[in-house]
Amino acid sequence: MYEGAVQDLIDELGRLPGIGPKSAQRVAFHILEADGEDMKRLADAITTVKEKVKFCAICFNVSEENTCRICQDSRRDPSLLCVVEESKDVMAIERTRSFRGKYHVLGGSINPIAGIGPDQLHIRELLSRLSDDTITEVIVATDPNLEGEATATYLYRMLGSIGIKLTRLASGLPVGGDLEYADDVTLGRAFEGRTVMS
Amino acid sequence: MRISQLTLTDFRSYAQAQLTLQPGPNVLLGFNGVGKTNIAEAIGYLSTLSSHRVSQDGPLVRHGEQQAFIRADAHRGTRQALLEVEINPGRSNRARINRGNPVRATDVLGILRTVLFAPEDLELIKGSPTVRRRLLDDLAVQLRPVLGRVRLDYEKVLKQRNALLKSIRHQGFTATHESTLAVWDHQLAEAGSHLLKARLQMLSALRPHVATAYEQLSGSVRTARVKYLSSLDGEAPGARDSSADAPGPADPPDADDLSTALPDPGAADVASLDVSALESFSREDLAALMVQRLSAVRREERDRAITLVGPHRDDIAFTLDEVPVKGFASHGETWSFALALRLAAYRVMVDDDPSEGAQPVLILDDVFAELDARRRRRLAELAAEAEQLIVTAAVDDDVPASLMHNALRVESVDQISQVTVHERD
Repeated sequence: MYEGAVQDLIDELGRLPGIGPKSAQRVAFHILEADGEDMKRLADAITTVKEKVKFCAICFNVSEENTCRICQDSRRDPSLLCVVEESKDVMAIERTRSFRGKYHVLGGSINPIAGIGPDQLHIRELLSRLSDDTITEVIVATDPNLEGEATATYLYRMLGSIGIKLTRLASGLPVGGDLEYADDVTLGRAFEGRTVMS
Repeated sequence: MRISQLTLTDFRSYAQAQLTLQPGPNVLLGFNGVGKTNIAEAIGYLSTLSSHRVSQDGPLVRHGEQQAFIRADAHRGTRQALLEVEINPGRSNRARINRGNPVRATDVLGILRTVLFAPEDLELIKGSPTVRRRLLDDLAVQLRPVLGRVRLDYEKVLKQRNALLKSIRHQGFTATHESTLAVWDHQLAEAGSHLLKARLQMLSALRPHVATAYEQLSGSVRTARVKYLSSLDGEAPGARDSSADAPGPADPPDADDLSTALPDPGAADVASLDVSALESFSREDLAALMVQRLSAVRREERDRAITLVGPHRDDIAFTLDEVPVKGFASHGETWSFALALRLAAYRVMVDDDPSEGAQPVLILDDVFAELDARRRRRLAELAAEAEQLIVTAAVDDDVPASLMHNALRVESVDQISQVTVHERD
């Protein structure tokens, strides 16, 4: 145990995701030894992010305005809506530059063990976005794991009856990879989801 | 399939041991507690990444050490692979194949196939249904490693679904709960039907071999039978305690109309199917039947906050003709039945891959002491068909002379096990 402030810092850092006690200690000592100006900028960045950044009122992506830049962008196709779990998924899809529609961030996935049900996600808001006829296709891009699949199934149950085209991202082989290196489950999925060539 | 060299480092009672195993029979001899079974366990671990004695990896590492290594030269026909597994309790295990870069431990699954019979296998007959389910699941995973993932998925879905049922009990039932539950029903049925289908396939593959092996071992005129008891069948034990509820009124349609929006997974007319013939069902029919059964026990599940239908509630019945083995058979009969199950598993694996050199390594841990002379002789004859056989015994005379080719003496010095080649006359 260290004295007062140092231990407080280690404790706080240790609460961050992906940082264990050893890493927390390393980061804390780095901060202690680093240039005062640099660390002031870090502290400011943390304060600013908490003060300024909020969630978009429409899609729940992170935003500095009331509505995010993507929702405001009139060049984006308003008829396509991509549903993702987290804001970082928006960034991942944006990097591909192949999707020109809009997003809806659920804020997680259905996970009863963690106490997250549909009511804790932004599903009600999604339904109200779909209430006019602007959106014609909803693309479900939740993670291809158990909880993500459960969330997709839930959305399918909710939206199946209202007559909007519902699609799910394909899962299968990674591009540029070798067939022999794919794991069995992925390869099996790729077989199930094979596409017709002619 | 066979192993030529086996090296253990800090595994169980071994600090460091290297032994050379021959094709055909190998006999490990030594007093109780010197570490014979540890060798059997290590070889089994290389093929299944699990121990037949403990469910956690912790006890596999020698007391006071952090990690254990098992290294083996595995041969299949003319091909050879050097397998190395590093056991790190509490962290992920690692493996290397042919001195390559470390890979996930699961990548070694399927390279070495073994069938292990141990005294613990008496639990197959006498123990809880978990042991019997594991027999089928482990065999299925050995034949089709991808099922390991299905099994894991099923356990995860089950945990999620039970967590949901518990929160329903705490918070009271709402329409959202019903529609979320329906989602998990669907997930449970998907994973569950794959698991169930695999089990039923394993059981029908085992059935003829169990009957033959039992007859060959015991010379008995009674036929050894195996039957799957499914919780999908209203009469099976898993479902019996809920049958009082079944004819009662169906759940009120408080689920809102969403639950009707989704077509059933299989959309088959499950009502017309004969539940006693589960083995003929398609995977889709099994899924549909499971969804239907889940909704039938909905009320009781809500009360008890556990999932009452699914492969995790199933069992397997073993009978001699029509008489249950558990409770009615003698010790020798019980022992022979358990042994017949393992020998049948061995033959199912041989059927699955009949190519030369693909036979699993057969390991008989401390079996002969429990059998009479006639059954010992019969077992020795049956076991001789394996390309490599590993036998452990405390008393030399227990092992039929026909198997005494490569005898290894296991000793314990200061509680550390050692193996020496034992030249016998």
